[in-house]
Amino acid sequence: MASRLTVSNRAGWGFALPGFGLIAVFIVLPFFFAFYFSLTNQRLISPNPTEYVGLDNYRSLLGLAVITLEPERDDAGAILRDADGAVEYPRVRTITRSDAFPQYRGMREWFRWQSGDNARVVIASDVVFMKALVNTFLFVLVVAPVQAGLALGLALLINQRLRGINVFRTIYFMPVVVSIVVVSLLWRFIYDGNDGLLNNLLSALTFGAFQGRDWLGDPSTALGSIMAMSIWQAVGFHMVIWLSGLQTISPTLYEAAEIEGANRWQTFRYVTWPGLRNTAILILIVITMQCFALFAQIDVMTNGGPLDSTQTLVFQAVERGYGRQDISGGSAISVILFLIVLSISLIQRWLTRER
Amino acid sequence: MARKTLLITTALGLGWAASAQAQTEIGMWYHGAGNEVESRIINQIVDDFNASQSDWMVTLESFPQNSYNDSVVAGALAGNLPCILDVDGPVMPNWAWSGYMQPLAIDASLIEGYLPGTLGYWDGALYSVGLWDAAVALYARQSDLDAWGLRTPTLAEPWTQEEFMAALDAARADGRYEFALDLGMAWTGEWYPYAFSPFLQSFGGDIIDRETYTSAEGVLNGDAALAFGEWWQMLFAEGYAPGTSQDPADRDSGFNEGKYAFAWNGNWAAVPTLAAVEDVVFLPAPDFGNGPTIGAGSWQFGVSATCETPEGANAFIAHALQDQYLAAFSDGIGLIPSTPAAAAMTENYAEGGPLEVFFGLSAEQALVRPVTPGYVVAAQVFEQALANIANGADVADELDAAVDAIEADIERNQGYGHDG
Repeated sequence: MASRLTVSNRAGWGFALPGFGLIAVFIVLPFFFAFYFSLTNQRLISPNPTEYVGLDNYRSLLGLAVITLEPERDDAGAILRDADGAVEYPRVRTITRSDAFPQYRGMREWFRWQSGDNARVVIASDVVFMKALVNTFLFVLVVAPVQAGLALGLALLINQRLRGINVFRTIYFMPVVVSIVVVSLLWRFIYDGNDGLLNNLLSALTFGAFQGRDWLGDPSTALGSIMAMSIWQAVGFHMVIWLSGLQTISPTLYEAAEIEGANRWQTFRYVTWPGLRNTAILILIVITMQCFALFAQIDVMTNGGPLDSTQTLVFQAVERGYGRQDISGGSAISVILFLIVLSISLIQRWLTRER
Repeated sequence: MARKTLLITTALGLGWAASAQAQTEIGMWYHGAGNEVESRIINQIVDDFNASQSDWMVTLESFPQNSYNDSVVAGALAGNLPCILDVDGPVMPNWAWSGYMQPLAIDASLIEGYLPGTLGYWDGALYSVGLWDAAVALYARQSDLDAWGLRTPTLAEPWTQEEFMAALDAARADGRYEFALDLGMAWTGEWYPYAFSPFLQSFGGDIIDRETYTSAEGVLNGDAALAFGEWWQMLFAEGYAPGTSQDPADRDSGFNEGKYAFAWNGNWAAVPTLAAVEDVVFLPAPDFGNGPTIGAGSWQFGVSATCETPEGANAFIAHALQDQYLAAFSDGIGLIPSTPAAAAMTENYAEGGPLEVFFGLSAEQALVRPVTPGYVVAAQVFEQALANIANGADVADELDAAVDAIEADIERNQGYGHDG
């Protein structure tokens, strides 16, 4: 095997060399750099020498702790309540900024829950990173299945011999060709809170009953808006991959199914879907990786706001590395992201292996 | 441009070429690509300089402002910075500390009478000097002030917080405007620390402790800062001002179109407003208790550390510091000229000129942003905190987090050269 790869394939290696070379210089090498930088205190610009700091960067990203807050009580020991009847607790900053708890220094509340009279508060050293992590996963969990499903639906629709079908194929594929930055800018106008297209449309459809909404300015809708726009933008790309998969399925199978008297659902379930198996695996992995790399939309549309509701891992990596000149912190996020994507890809491979 | 010169010189014969090549080439980077008027003026200065002497030949490269700082950092990392750099005032200490820049060697008499915000000092040395400054004012309509019975504030007697809020209430009660106040939340980036940290300073806080420059505790999250934060949040919660999702187009033309009663905006936007709003007045910043302040410091010229011919670079900067050029920039793009003499030569800032008030603002109220290499990161943290507070985050928690982020950054940079 080795001899076939090295000797009789010289021309092949020659052809592969430019690609391999570029990948090595621009992807493999930077990856090792990122791994190395994440263990140092490397700055973007600094006259100070770079020092090895071990796992400090990871610790300051991933540090978590749970503290328990006891309710404020008056002199008689009764629990104090505010005007709405909610139990009053001491502020988290009385603990995180107190000299009595040096281990919690610099940490901040992420979320809390009630346990009896007490409040349990999860504090994190880097709440923004934690939110970015959650948002990224949320984005993947919603976008991957919806986008793949919609793309399959579109592919089935346009996989027909109809007059002018190419017009539809072109229309569905168009957003993929347009730069994501341009698309993001346009959607910023569409989502505009004052007189954006979406607000106008909804208000017209409901005869004015719909009150305008600031889609990107409201923490509860911002991430969802970006999801919807991202699904729309890339669905055409995956539609084409599905389509190519559909066209590899032999027509004889469909003829056979028809002769057997299969209905449309049965045809899809027992002919089309098994034939798309490898395509499905490919699409799942590609979408997952693309979703984890979410950056341009955030950068153009929200900058991670409002209230960190659209922070993502890649956006944070760039923000830290360049915005805050903290290459080591950005590298640590990249390495964490790499490990996450790698393990998810491995799990997907394992789940979809040939049995 | 260098290549073109070379071509022409070869074409014209050796004798002429010899004299042209005797000029040593000096590279220069500038942030104003895409702005036609600005490019014309800077090119004029370069051409004048090249023609005025036979030793040096400045070649100009322009970058878009948004990517200019990144370009310089990348150029520095790759080791090929040009001799002459254009640098934003508050960023200069960062570059000087990083070893990208060297102190200027120009005659002190050249910068006599310059507005304080136009001179960039770091570590006791002059590193950069600007041909102009910028100032921020509260745009308003005289007819509104009269109709609502509001006192016109002056530099000597600016509005207090109560008077300012009363003005906003009056604007809101009037009902003609969508919002009482336009703060410019759509302008992300340096606008936030530049335009809004003066409010914080007027409340008595600051982004960083200017005594030591190594801590922000108690300054950015002390009582004064908390009061500022609560006030800031209230502006958005009560609907006085549009928040972070403001449409950039509204920011640019909202006041002129009558959507906003007041606008907190810079002098660079004043020229179109003068044309659109007949009775516009530019009011000084309100005093929130600790004196009124506005930001100072705009783009300035400096010399890179790797420059092999600093004499030439300094000669160019000295040449550029002429009142006629200061005036040309001011007339061209509405900036505040750095000297009173140049101001007198301009259309807008001369005595009785429509923007004269800004010169007074720059001279009286201006406070440079914290002079420290850590400013670049602190500014980002501050911007994030202000955006989050405007969107309803808990004020104390948000300011605490900003303090922690700023201090962590200072610590990772071993104090940025400040003894602390």
